[in-house]
Amino acid sequence: MGTAIEVIHLHKSYGPVRAVDGISFTVEEGEIFGMVGPNGAGKTTTIECVEGLRRPDRGTVRVLGLDPRRDGYELRRRIGVQLQEASLPPRLKVWEALDLFGSFYPRRVDGRALLEQLGLADKRDAAFEKLSGGQKQRLFVALALINDPELVFLDELTTGLDPQARRATWDLVRGIRERGKTIFLTTHYMEEAERLCDRVAIIDHGKIVALDMPENLIRSLGAEQRVVFTADGQWDDTPLRGMPGVTRVEHIGERTVVYGRGEGLVGGVVGALERMGVRFRDLRTEQPTLEDVFLALTGREMRE
Amino acid sequence: MRGFWKLLLVQAKLYLREPIATFFTIFYAPLVLLLFGAIYGNKPTPFFGGRGTMDIAVPSYIGLIIATVGLIGLPIGAAAARESGVLRRFRATPLHPLAYIISDIAVYLLMTVIGVLLLILTGAIVFHIRFEGNVLSVLAGFLLGATAFFALGYLIAGLAPTARIAQTVGMVLAFPMMFISGATIPLEVLPAKVRAVSQYIPLTHVVTLMRGLWFGDSWGQHLTEVAVLVGCLLVGGIVAARTFRWE
Repeated sequence: MGTAIEVIHLHKSYGPVRAVDGISFTVEEGEIFGMVGPNGAGKTTTIECVEGLRRPDRGTVRVLGLDPRRDGYELRRRIGVQLQEASLPPRLKVWEALDLFGSFYPRRVDGRALLEQLGLADKRDAAFEKLSGGQKQRLFVALALINDPELVFLDELTTGLDPQARRATWDLVRGIRERGKTIFLTTHYMEEAERLCDRVAIIDHGKIVALDMPENLIRSLGAEQRVVFTADGQWDDTPLRGMPGVTRVEHIGERTVVYGRGEGLVGGVVGALERMGVRFRDLRTEQPTLEDVFLALTGREMRE
Repeated sequence: MRGFWKLLLVQAKLYLREPIATFFTIFYAPLVLLLFGAIYGNKPTPFFGGRGTMDIAVPSYIGLIIATVGLIGLPIGAAAARESGVLRRFRATPLHPLAYIISDIAVYLLMTVIGVLLLILTGAIVFHIRFEGNVLSVLAGFLLGATAFFALGYLIAGLAPTARIAQTVGMVLAFPMMFISGATIPLEVLPAKVRAVSQYIPLTHVVTLMRGLWFGDSWGQHLTEVAVLVGCLLVGGIVAARTFRWE
């Protein structure tokens, strides 16, 4: 596997604002690489520098072995781009959009099949302005794939979509990767990055604060699991507190939260409750997420 | 220039899907001609040097179409494409920026030509208008007037921060121009003071040039008009190129 994207010490300022402040990373061929962070962290500026749409102040960017600024036309033939803020003429029909954008490339795939795969087949003759938010996004994905690109950029693909449409979009992205494409995406949904990406760069204030596989990031945090359940009546939680691996126990009304580490945490808690004869229900475990990683690294919550 | 012809075709289709733009570009001037023709007819009169009102109206209304497209349709379209993010989307493809711009200009020119042809056809069929000029000369004059006004249109789009402002500026410039340039009301009818002002309006020079060439004037008789329009073309073109932005 070769390297699809290589970014070294990328800097980009808008006036006094350092939007991107010395970012370096590589994206390997065939992976889904995600850049996550709050709005204004520098994700879009980074992705647009890599796409060649913005000129970096400093730093080196190589994409598919090309310099995006110098070899822009050659590069744009080989990549597919979904932009965060883009539009099409309101009365342009779906099939016309695919036909038109396909005509810009020497190599293109069958637009009809693409619409079929993206669930837009029955919208072929619909005008762009008549499409729903999710349909517009899928059309933009179709346009990003029309030239059978080696590398696909997806900038905030699921922003503004409802949870159901978001999940459907994740399947779509996985489908693109299964066709052998490399994907570079940005998102401000931690869950999305965790579910979708092979590797994640967490970006904040223009800097990468962590970069690894999501499970490694979570594990490196050493964060605790939580076992949550509801128990009726009065009971003594001393045996739980004394269990190996348990760090603390909290009660919020009838709900109890046991914090701890280790593989046997859930089994231990259930066993102890049964021995004590405590009637419990709604027991579930909560794993630490990328959200917790972000909180630990930056000291604040992710915000929409 | 891969994709150029397809883009041109699609842009033309999109233009015709806008009922308001289509009406004002293609049907408005012929309808105004029919209206005034019904009122005044086309009897030769010494007031127009032995020509009829419609003989004068047809070359003058060419200016009306040029101003409508150049100052209203074009700035709105160009600024809206930028503002909505359509240009950004095109920019992320290998389409050459020049191909996009040429196709844009070509579509406005094509629509203007269709409007002008329909106007001339209406005049010829309904009012048997006189033509005493050289077709190629008239065509060249038309192209100069149209490109000069398109340049002004791109200048407005480039300077206006939003499509709404481009629309307002375009209309504020276009409507008074249409009435005191001779493009709707013949210059001969206007009071002397208004005519003095109209000399400072670019559209007056389009109308004067078109009327002159229509009735066989030589280019040498219209050096002022040519100079003004070439000036508009250059200034508009340079400012438009400098203020052009993708987003």
